Amino acid sequence: MLAVQQSTPIPDPLSVPSNAPEHCPGTESELAGKADACNGCANQSICASNTPKGPDPALPLIRERMTSVKRKILVLSGKGGVGKSTFTAQLGWAFAADDQLQTGIMDVDICGPSIPTILGIASEQVHSSSSGWSPVYVQDNLGVMSVGFMLPSSRDAIMWRGPKKNGLISQFLKDVDWGNLDYLVIDTPPGTSDEHLSVVQYLKESGIDGAVLITTPQEVALQDVRREIDFCRKVGIRVLGLVENMSGFVCPGCKTESQIFKPSTGGAEKLAQETGVELLGKVPLDPRIGKSADYGVSFLDEYPESPASTAYLDIIDKIKQILGDS
Amino acid sequence: MAAPETPVSRRLRSVKHIIIVCSGKGGVGKSSVSAQLALSLHASSPTARVGILDVDLTGPSIPRMLGLDGHGVHQSSDGWVPVYADARGAGEPRLSCMSVGFLLKKKGDSVVWRGPKKNAMIRQFLSDVRWGELDYLIIDTPPGTSDEHLSLLEHLAPVQSRLSAVIVTTPQAVALLDAMKCLSFTRAVTLPVLGLIENMSGYVCPCCGEISNVFSTGGGEEMARREGLPFLGSMPVDTELVTLLDAAESNEPDLDTEKDRDDTLRSRSFELLQRYRKTSSAKLFETIVAKLIQTLPGVEQAGVAVSA
Repeated sequence: MLAVQQSTPIPDPLSVPSNAPEHCPGTESELAGKADACNGCANQSICASNTPKGPDPALPLIRERMTSVKRKILVLSGKGGVGKSTFTAQLGWAFAADDQLQTGIMDVDICGPSIPTILGIASEQVHSSSSGWSPVYVQDNLGVMSVGFMLPSSRDAIMWRGPKKNGLISQFLKDVDWGNLDYLVIDTPPGTSDEHLSVVQYLKESGIDGAVLITTPQEVALQDVRREIDFCRKVGIRVLGLVENMSGFVCPGCKTESQIFKPSTGGAEKLAQETGVELLGKVPLDPRIGKSADYGVSFLDEYPESPASTAYLDIIDKIKQILGDS
Repeated sequence: MAAPETPVSRRLRSVKHIIIVCSGKGGVGKSSVSAQLALSLHASSPTARVGILDVDLTGPSIPRMLGLDGHGVHQSSDGWVPVYADARGAGEPRLSCMSVGFLLKKKGDSVVWRGPKKNAMIRQFLSDVRWGELDYLIIDTPPGTSDEHLSLLEHLAPVQSRLSAVIVTTPQAVALLDAMKCLSFTRAVTLPVLGLIENMSGYVCPCCGEISNVFSTGGGEEMARREGLPFLGSMPVDTELVTLLDAAESNEPDLDTEKDRDDTLRSRSFELLQRYRKTSSAKLFETIVAKLIQTLPGVEQAGVAVSA
């Protein structure tokens, strides 16, 4: 039996009723009913009463929905811009290269969703059916869900506080018609806050198979990864391993390798030793990776010969091995 | 229009300008730009007093970048004493810093907080830190447009007239998309934007000098033009600066007494100021700061001499 009987309307994050005052914060906003502009608005009491209550009724529905998902993998990093989304996309593409496997990518970076752009499906929209919201398919066996599909324009900012973000994440897990999945890869925003706690909490009963931590070689990033490892231990998630991204840059002119982000304290290798976390591999910095992400094409397919592709594929093989799937 | 007085407005009464550094995307260099902004403003005049507040609660990087790792915050009768980055310099210290990093016992500790706790921390940072007289207060923010940003603006509402923002982006499309969201955010909350800085724009190979556009180039300038924003400048990837801010040379001091330890820590960060001025980025950033100072509302131009 499916968890959702009727189609669930897709929320419009910027919804403003037609009779709203000029500076209406939007009914989905955290300030709904409480902003200065709300005084005197006919809808004020409706908006203001919209507060979360009691233990989450979504939990059993999420458990139901997640029974058809075999593996759930989190992609985490303490610091931003180290390549979480890019890695998630490569992981998705690599899993989906096997016709027999069904893969899903869930983007819980609510304020800065990059997954739609990186996968080249930025202008798509989510459709709702009787069995839930349909993910956007990049190819037959790779479905994607992101808040980016719900915004009228890519320029729109989502100014949400924690509870609203949690609400959407719970909907992503319970209302999306993922179908039977072999892998669900979850891309997260940087840090250790609401989104991370929510994902972990909502998936507690179904179980998360593990987390892949992404870092860059410099100490400023490693510091944040230490915090992320600490977080994983606190909430009891298994760390599958560490990936060092942007590790060394090969000049296209003279082919000399130089370190843009110097591993001044020994890089991920040292960190892996210190913390007992496995180092899955190092991916060199290749400008074509960023370019592929901008154009929304698969780097692995475009440049299969490049050292970065080899590194990616090795890492993905290792992840499969650790999970016992290869 | 007399805004009601709050603990925050009372505390920040003696702060002339508050500059919020933001970007939609993470890892584009907000913290390094904030640090550079603070260092350059500090160097812009022999009397400029600069404060830097790090509200990235789950990933504070400012202490590391200013070489202040390992410092703690002291209480005084008049609130929390910020950590001074130039405590060893001649004269009165005038570069103060506050971050959640100073409150953690171990550097590997994670701060796993939901919104309301973050909100409370930010309010404390704004109302309880004894900044004293400041010409500039730089606020480094986490990526996104969420709790921290909303809280910040909510608490700073009484001092709205002294608020402004700088948006940092990298040139590739994925980052520009998020920078656009950040701009929409500033417009939604009527926060004046001083301009856009394009970071990591090109990398000079140390071997052959060829410039590679690691993360593409020019996107920020293009966006600034399209959106009618002042473009403050582009900063190439400077490995010297990365290394400097990463504090490569300094090993954790292993000293017995706390006083010795404090002394070592202090001299390390003071050195940083001297060394920063010698990097090529510092010169580029000087132009950015000069532009920035001009756009700041109500600055006495004569009082701020930008050293060439």
